[in-house]
Amino acid sequence: MTETVEPTAPQTTRQRRAARIAEAASVPIGWILLKILLLAVVDAVAVYAVFVLFTHAEWLILAVVVAVTVLVNYIYFSRKRVPAKYLTPGIIFLVVFQVFTLLYTGYIGFTNYGTGHNGSKEQAVSSLLASAQERVEDSPTFPVTVVEQFGTYGLLVTDPDSGDALLGTADQPLQQVQAEFDGGKAVAVDGWTTLPLATVFTLSEELENLSVPFSDDPNDGSLRAPDGQSGYLYVSTLEYDADADAITDTQTGTVYADIGTGAFTADDGTELLPGWQVTVGFDNFVRAVTDSSIRGPLISVTIWTFVFAIISVASTFFLGLLLALVFNNTRMRFRNGYRIIMILPYAFPAFLSALVWAGMMNESFGFINQVIFGGADIPWLTDPTLAKVSILIVNLWLGFPYMFLVCMGALQGIPEDVNEAAVMDGANPWQIFRRIKLPLLLVTVAPLLISSFAFNFNNFNLIYMLTGGGPRFSDVSIPVGHTDILISMVYKVAFTGQTRDYGLASAFTILIFLVVATISIVSFRKTKALEELN
Amino acid sequence: MKVNKRGIAAAGAIAIVSTLSLAGCSTGTSGNDSADSGDAGTSKLVVWVDAERVDALKDAAASYEDKTGVTVQLVGKSVDDMKDDFIQQVPTGKGPDVVMGAHDWLGELSTNGVVAPLELGDSADDYLPVALQAATYDGTVYMLPYAVENIAVLRNADLVPTAPTSFDDMISKGTFVVEQGAEGNPYHLYPFQTAFGAPVFGTDDSGSYDSTDLQLGSEGGFAFADWLAAQGTAGTLNTDIDGEIAKQQFLDGKAAFWLTGPWNVGAATDAGINVEIDPVPSPTGETASPFAGVKGFFVSAESKNKVAANDFLVNYLGTEEVQLALFKAGNVLPALTAAADTAASDKIVAGFQAVGADAVPMPAIPAMGAVWQYWGVAEAAIINGADPKTTWQKLVDDVAAAIK
Repeated sequence: MTETVEPTAPQTTRQRRAARIAEAASVPIGWILLKILLLAVVDAVAVYAVFVLFTHAEWLILAVVVAVTVLVNYIYFSRKRVPAKYLTPGIIFLVVFQVFTLLYTGYIGFTNYGTGHNGSKEQAVSSLLASAQERVEDSPTFPVTVVEQFGTYGLLVTDPDSGDALLGTADQPLQQVQAEFDGGKAVAVDGWTTLPLATVFTLSEELENLSVPFSDDPNDGSLRAPDGQSGYLYVSTLEYDADADAITDTQTGTVYADIGTGAFTADDGTELLPGWQVTVGFDNFVRAVTDSSIRGPLISVTIWTFVFAIISVASTFFLGLLLALVFNNTRMRFRNGYRIIMILPYAFPAFLSALVWAGMMNESFGFINQVIFGGADIPWLTDPTLAKVSILIVNLWLGFPYMFLVCMGALQGIPEDVNEAAVMDGANPWQIFRRIKLPLLLVTVAPLLISSFAFNFNNFNLIYMLTGGGPRFSDVSIPVGHTDILISMVYKVAFTGQTRDYGLASAFTILIFLVVATISIVSFRKTKALEELN
Repeated sequence: MKVNKRGIAAAGAIAIVSTLSLAGCSTGTSGNDSADSGDAGTSKLVVWVDAERVDALKDAAASYEDKTGVTVQLVGKSVDDMKDDFIQQVPTGKGPDVVMGAHDWLGELSTNGVVAPLELGDSADDYLPVALQAATYDGTVYMLPYAVENIAVLRNADLVPTAPTSFDDMISKGTFVVEQGAEGNPYHLYPFQTAFGAPVFGTDDSGSYDSTDLQLGSEGGFAFADWLAAQGTAGTLNTDIDGEIAKQQFLDGKAAFWLTGPWNVGAATDAGINVEIDPVPSPTGETASPFAGVKGFFVSAESKNKVAANDFLVNYLGTEEVQLALFKAGNVLPALTAAADTAASDKIVAGFQAVGADAVPMPAIPAMGAVWQYWGVAEAAIINGADPKTTWQKLVDDVAAAIK
């Protein structure tokens, strides 16, 4: 078979075609059937997806699914494109799970998405108009029956005072009619179909738009029946003018216009909320670095983030390495038992451990002060410096088992004869470690140290569960504290209180991503130099 | 070459998974669409409920279905994500028709335009005044209230047989615990603050909270700050005591008084403690008013079944029978006056109801978010020995600046 694929002399077109046919014929039929079967399943799923997407009018996703399916079929039915056959699944996963998320976060960073700017403009308008409906004071409750005539819906109303029947539609104010009554409530009228309640329940949109003027005078208000059974008189305090794209407050005469900021705004700057989502360009990024309430603590938080990440990586690595060296010594008994105990902290969920530590470090009731220090009042979590130390201690406890495992694996990968050769040459244990084992170890471990740095840089769980960022800075006006790292500060700036600011949070996320990415790239470059040592 | 073919088959298998996942993502999200909001023409209400109350509502949902033919699908959700999920999903046309929640969400929900106004009609008068006030935002009712919660003092009647007459009287009779924590807990300290005549916000003509009228900085506020400092020095208030520690102290019988809410009564009675419910003893002689938290149901602004949702809430969940059923499940005072009076045959509920008569609804205005942000930390600092005057002044300044 290989002879046909790797010919010794250039072939003519005919020869090549013949070779291809011969090759195809030589493939066991089972594999071809399996391939067709698998692709059939893929296509069946795709057809189902297209059908579902079509009924929901999700055109963009539909187009993507069709394009991907066609591409997959083309690639796998084609005789060539061998590299693509291996790469396609991976690329699809990459796009779905990585690229899309990244681009979407990036996009949000350029919008004003957050509290008050949550949906579309139509939704904002309808929500504003709906909440501007005020029930006319002291107006009675009108028993209502929903009726229909040639697709027009009307309300058959019983006047609670006179007992008369009134009928009106969205265009036709209420007029007295002759109707059939049932227990004092008008239930049917000639020429109109009385709708049963079950049908009325399905007419949500129609009923929402059905506002029947009480009389020719709009100040009398109009009748609405929110539950399809009881009507109330409402007057509206806001009016939307679609042509001018502005909302007018009918009581004060103030005009709120769309000035492109994502909310109807009056001349004096007051906004009507809810507004809607708009893209705001680099506003969020500018705010992230220039807003005076954020800029102040930003510097000290950034410094502490680096200190925290660097010390965390260094301390866990050296403790892990030390223990790995100790427990790698074959002269030690019960080594496996010790090793299991060593990796226990790694087996507990980190946020749970952090909570338990927070309890143990409580100043007056915690285990550490009460039992270990005999009732001392050591403010583990409430003193700025001690809180930072506490965080580093707890993170050391949480993080060393990982480094211990990694280092042990790397140490066992170093051949024993290297050690023996060094001993023969007269090197002492420290020299063996410093000059031989550590450099060999670092080649394996350095990339993990970099990823560990990136992890600790964004170690939100630990900070949030142990100190919540506290103790607070006493001189700044945002709720940020001495132990907050960048990511927990972002969380507080964007998500505490009753306002959410997803746009600002996304902008911050992008900035943090840039910092971590830069550091990682530079470090990986340096790591390459290590590898050249060998 | 054989290897190649096998590789292709393997790659084909992976392709299936990825197409499945891609299609799965798309069908998943759009599939929800039909499940959550219901197609026009069918009447199905999707109701998000606190996962612990699903059972309480099951019978009510079933009997409503029997009566009207409208299917009610109860979806149990964690309380922690319910509000944020609701705010995010409604604008996309997804999310439920009705959501169960607390009245202090109202400012946020309304600012985001995700709740529809609710017309209680004449039944509005049937609710406890505090519940109705809490359900109203900016003059419009948005919520059907079903339960009113407020804190009171739980007294271990075996240790202290009679109710104390004042705060000092209480301290002299036994140990008092209240949940604080490193960042303070203004919710639990609010009754004392009101006793000094310093509410957070003043109210406007319609009885709604007015964010421009910040009352924290009144004379009473500073008097309260001094009192906090004194209690901190005396050790009566301690920021090391968090919810769990306070609970443990009371359950162990070390503390005779525990300022907490109805949600903790079960634990105390289960521990065999003879619990009595007392009003919050005032440090000044003025009434100590705790915050009332009102729970209820909201209708989504994008619901396709608003008529049925309105009917379900106002004409069904607002009945005494259903309110009592919800009461039995949660043991929290019903919001409907008639149901509340029936429920008050239980002495614990009656105790909370008596205290609740003095309660004020927790402000739902968005400005309150700015207050919470600084309030507790300032109080904790004062308890821990910071100068009461300057710390309280900073609190007032920070809040005023944040609201602007």
